[in-house]
Amino acid sequence: MSARDDILANIRRSLGVSGTDAPRRASVEARLAAHKRGIAPQRGQGDLAGRLAMFIEQAQAVATSIARVSNIADAPAQIAAFLHEHDLPARVIMGEDARLRDLPWEEAGVAVSYGRSFGDDLNSVSFAEAGIAETGTLAFVSGAHNPTTLNFLPDNHIVILRAIDIEADYEAVWARLRDRFGAGLMPRTVNLVTGPSRSADIEQKLLLGAHGPRRLHVAIIEA
Amino acid sequence: MTAYPTSPQFKNNSRAALADGQLQKALGNVRTNFIAKRAGAAQRLPEFDALRDQARDLRDHVLAHLDVYLEVYERKVIESGGHVHWARDAQEASRIIVDLALARGARSVAKGKSMVSEEIGLNAALERAGIKAVETDLGEYIIQLRGEAPSHIIAPAVHLNQEDVEAEFRRVHTWLPQDRDLNQPESLLAEARAELRAKFLAADIGVTGANFLVAETGTSIIVTNEGNGDLSQILPKVHIVVASIEKIVPTLEDAVGLLRVLARSATGQDMSVYTTLSTGPRRVDDRDGPQEYHVVLVDNGRSSMLGSEFEEMLRCIRCGACMNHCPVYHAVGGHAYGWVYPGPMGAVLTPALIGIDKAGHLPNASTFCGRCESVCPVRIPLPKLMRHWREREFERHLSPAVSRAGLGLWAFFARRPALYRFATGLAMRALAWAARGRGRFSSLPLAGGWTDKRDMPAPQGDTFQAQWKAQQAKQRKRT
Repeated sequence: MSARDDILANIRRSLGVSGTDAPRRASVEARLAAHKRGIAPQRGQGDLAGRLAMFIEQAQAVATSIARVSNIADAPAQIAAFLHEHDLPARVIMGEDARLRDLPWEEAGVAVSYGRSFGDDLNSVSFAEAGIAETGTLAFVSGAHNPTTLNFLPDNHIVILRAIDIEADYEAVWARLRDRFGAGLMPRTVNLVTGPSRSADIEQKLLLGAHGPRRLHVAIIEA
Repeated sequence: MTAYPTSPQFKNNSRAALADGQLQKALGNVRTNFIAKRAGAAQRLPEFDALRDQARDLRDHVLAHLDVYLEVYERKVIESGGHVHWARDAQEASRIIVDLALARGARSVAKGKSMVSEEIGLNAALERAGIKAVETDLGEYIIQLRGEAPSHIIAPAVHLNQEDVEAEFRRVHTWLPQDRDLNQPESLLAEARAELRAKFLAADIGVTGANFLVAETGTSIIVTNEGNGDLSQILPKVHIVVASIEKIVPTLEDAVGLLRVLARSATGQDMSVYTTLSTGPRRVDDRDGPQEYHVVLVDNGRSSMLGSEFEEMLRCIRCGACMNHCPVYHAVGGHAYGWVYPGPMGAVLTPALIGIDKAGHLPNASTFCGRCESVCPVRIPLPKLMRHWREREFERHLSPAVSRAGLGLWAFFARRPALYRFATGLAMRALAWAARGRGRFSSLPLAGGWTDKRDMPAPQGDTFQAQWKAQQAKQRKRT
């Protein structure tokens, strides 16, 4: 017998069931089809303004820096100011995302390159799929528009997030993914990011910037 | 690497641990930090206890349908372009991964933190095949340099102090300037980051564990704070996930239910920094990510735990809360347990995986204070399960002759109440007389295990039963 058959047979023997047990299969199929929501914390479940306020509170609590921008066209200027404030070169890398590419980077004095990172980029810019109010978390989906390396390799990860994309909880993000990719289908990588990279492996002292970004900066677009 | 397992030497290991000043200093951090942080996170979330009940019920549902969920999960992985390998035991699991690596001419493997890879002895197996495995979690990297095993399932280097790390980096990173300043933990982290970045980029294969495997989508999920497990899987050409069979959850919603209790129970964070969901290899439209995606499902004794009195142990989501709250772990640290899994969860799981004959000391090393069960996010009745191991050990005549004789003697009297009352009454009075004026014993015949490390309080002169009787009589008089 193959290892697979051995293991499945041993599970069934231990559970005292057979592999063709229809009610058990039906119970599994039903649970998968329903993908029912469980208990979700009340704190994320506000209206748009409430979710925005909760997102900011939770994100700041995990050392994410936040700027509020009224219009998306103003985002490059805000990002230029962030780079200047931290003595960083006005140069960013981003994915092939029309929503980002069409912004006035040149006017803001920010040089832009496109593509994945190989570890030599100081600053990256991503357009977040969604924000999650419950824990101040950002959701990213892999693809040409946002290669996953941009979320991890640069020292400073800068994110544009529309306030209308701030959801109450993770479940709302799964609903978006099912709409876009189809039920049971996923993109290669989904990253949920809650603050900049950190480690507490040396005497449990919390230090930022372990392997991923040292800074995580979010420009929230309110309009 | 220490020769595994040293669990049979638990008593000697513990004695050495108690005498190790550096270790005791490091363990001080466990006693204070973890407990306060978890309590804070639990307090910030009114739904926390309801989420724990939900998590327990979900895990039980999965275990009762594990065969069906594994089949669904396998199908979804294959549909998304990935490969699934099944391993009956540790050796088979390691061989699958080594063969995958050899077939691709791999010379180096970047590893995200994975306890099951420790369990199957993967690093040693790769090493024997001439392939360098690099641990990329900071704590794992430090102990790999030192040739040690992890002493904690989420904080592998928790037994070390900052100066130990500095000494190790100076010993190993000889290509860096001798006079560099490593006085701050920040500079140690920066050095590790720079050294490991190069290794990530050079690795041919990335190996990670999985916190959860989602049947609905064929997705593996890992959580990290550093981003190391994430870089380990997006930079190399091949991503291999190694996970034990019970990691399955039905849906993305179910995964979220467990994520909500995992980090809170582990580090007291509401959410770990990176939660990464990986499904299959890179797509046509992707600019990065692995070209191959493999999952190695490891049984290694778990399928036999189902349906037994130890089934509840398979609910475990590896948060480490039980060891963070355990007075025995606080006293001796993780290495004393002698194998991969320390603390209360290790005391239950280790005998199931390597045998009660080797790990019998572990379930005995408990005061049954119950703190582990009280903080477990999936409500595993750990003290009850440790008691089951003690019963098994007794039934299989593995416990020492002296304790067996003692229990036999006790059972003889316990079945004869009048004799029992007479004998214990006599013993109490004798002990009280022997301890007169001092109120305690610093040594007692046959009870050296107790009095070696602390004093035995002297009885107050009568047995509990006699005192209870007197008390009842007094009350009756009053009413």
